[in-house]
Amino acid sequence: MESVLGRYRNLIILVGVLFLQVLGLAVQVKRTTENESTRLIRVWTVSAVSPFEKAIVWTQSSTAYLWHNYFYLRGVRAENRQLKAEIEALRLEQVRLNQDAEQARRLQSLLGFKEQFIAQTIAAQVIGSSGSEQSRSIYIDKGTRDGIKPDMAVITADGIVGKVLRVFHSTSLVLLIDDQSSGVGAILEKSRLQGVLRGSPSGEVVMEKVMSDEQVQLGEVVLTSGGDRIFPKGLPVGRVSKVSPGSELFLNIRVKPAANLGKLEEVLVVTKVDEKEAPPMANGPVRAIDILAQRLPSVPDKPPAPDTNKPKDAAGPGPSPSGTGPGAVSANADPSKPGSAAPNATLKPKAAATGTATGHKLPNNGPAASPNGAAAAKATAQAPAQTVGANTDSGSPAAPRAGDGTSSSVNTSATKVGNKAATAGTMKAPVNSRPSAPQAAAGQNATTVSPKPSTTPPQDSPQ
Amino acid sequence: MPITYTSGEQVEVFRFSVPVTVGVPLLALIFQAFIPRWIPFFTIFDLPLLVTIFFAMARRNPVAGLLNGGIIGLLQDALTHQPIGIYGIAKTVVGYGASSLGVKLDLENAGARLLVTLGFYVIHEVVYFMVARGLVNLTLLWSWPHELWSALANAILGVALYAVLDRFKQRT
Repeated sequence: MESVLGRYRNLIILVGVLFLQVLGLAVQVKRTTENESTRLIRVWTVSAVSPFEKAIVWTQSSTAYLWHNYFYLRGVRAENRQLKAEIEALRLEQVRLNQDAEQARRLQSLLGFKEQFIAQTIAAQVIGSSGSEQSRSIYIDKGTRDGIKPDMAVITADGIVGKVLRVFHSTSLVLLIDDQSSGVGAILEKSRLQGVLRGSPSGEVVMEKVMSDEQVQLGEVVLTSGGDRIFPKGLPVGRVSKVSPGSELFLNIRVKPAANLGKLEEVLVVTKVDEKEAPPMANGPVRAIDILAQRLPSVPDKPPAPDTNKPKDAAGPGPSPSGTGPGAVSANADPSKPGSAAPNATLKPKAAATGTATGHKLPNNGPAASPNGAAAAKATAQAPAQTVGANTDSGSPAAPRAGDGTSSSVNTSATKVGNKAATAGTMKAPVNSRPSAPQAAAGQNATTVSPKPSTTPPQDSPQ
Repeated sequence: MPITYTSGEQVEVFRFSVPVTVGVPLLALIFQAFIPRWIPFFTIFDLPLLVTIFFAMARRNPVAGLLNGGIIGLLQDALTHQPIGIYGIAKTVVGYGASSLGVKLDLENAGARLLVTLGFYVIHEVVYFMVARGLVNLTLLWSWPHELWSALANAILGVALYAVLDRFKQRT
């Protein structure tokens, strides 16, 4: 027996070592479905390797910084001139985009859309990779001490990169989107087709789960859909590079990533994403629903209750010097609901003069009565029941509607008209009456209704 | 000293100092993780594998070879996001095989080293593929042209690397 053991000693040790490793592998594979913690050997290895990588990166970046910023300044003046010209062009572009963005926000607000905002990012430097073709991942120089957590999105200015997979003290492992185990919710920009973005064993990025009867154009931009709850919606992913029939009923759409995943140097880790409803326009044009609300038949006017605590500009029905008055009653509706009035709606000059400033029913010749608005008004008038004083948002700026009998009709219009009619009325006005920048500015100066009638505390409301 | 089949002469068994034993594999891991950041093409090379083969052939001790290969492989696994042990198993087999072969053959000349490295690279990839597919259920693509070109590239790099590492050999 002893001779057998001695004779096959090496082979027995080999089998034993292999067995141990297979056993360890089996344990890991079994545990991958659970929420396992990071293995100690990973921590040791990363801790041993990453300082060297950091030192190399630091030396290289310092040298490059020194060279580029102190020695190699050839052509900087020309580049500066070119950049200034570019800035001028971009400013002009920005004016136009601001208009579009305001319009989009306004529409989102009307429809109660929720937006995702990248609220906070951390810049990180890529210090290494897994070094394996089968594991497409990179290491960055930020870890738990910098607030990095697993499943945070990693992006660049060009597009998404991947997600944080494992976090160590001062480094993190980022799984790239071209790894076969990654998955990203994606949407095609024009056709709005949604799918799942996956990496392939050969390192290509493929969009799956798009039905084969859909038409997908080559070169179409692919964005994140936000469905994976990791990447905020609307981030660029790449462009469609090839479309072919896939397995079963789905297309096989190859996507060329927007970010150069092979040569990443700096990335941004999205550490905080806010999801909130688009804020209503602060100084946007008047919305049809505001006008409608004031034109609705309502309860008879009541004489304003004498309230000594109330500031003058909010108590009287007449136009206030500042243009602020109970005309802002439309502000009591929930801005997130379709058809409701924004709390800080700004009116155009005529609207303010005739409607808002009076704080009561508008005459029928209201200035902004669009056809849609008129239809909505009719629908409202025919509503069988009008909820008087249905405003539940007493904490909103609209709450101080003291002594304003017409205010109840505002809520009525917002809630009883029906979403379709009200939305049509509200959406149509801003879309069709998008002012140019100077016009909008003029309107603001002349007619701005105070967005926060804080002069009247909510508890003063005699409701 | 073992006697080889090829030359019929005794071959020397070498050993290495502790800094070289620890430092060279560590450097190989660092370069393997760092260089692809600048040269993505570099992922076809497997420096830890070349180091495993070199130490195994020089020491000519199967147990030392398999343990050395196993440890280097496990460390390489730790740098990836996949389960630890795939590279470990593959390099354990290669370490054992290379050291066992080193006992039997004279592997001091460049031609023999080229062929041995080429062969063990393919063995390494086959074992890796089997373990990854069979145990871990990874989806991998096997392409013979790719593997053979990679094997050749690694073998050429290996011959150059071994010439450098020969300087650290110490006679027993």
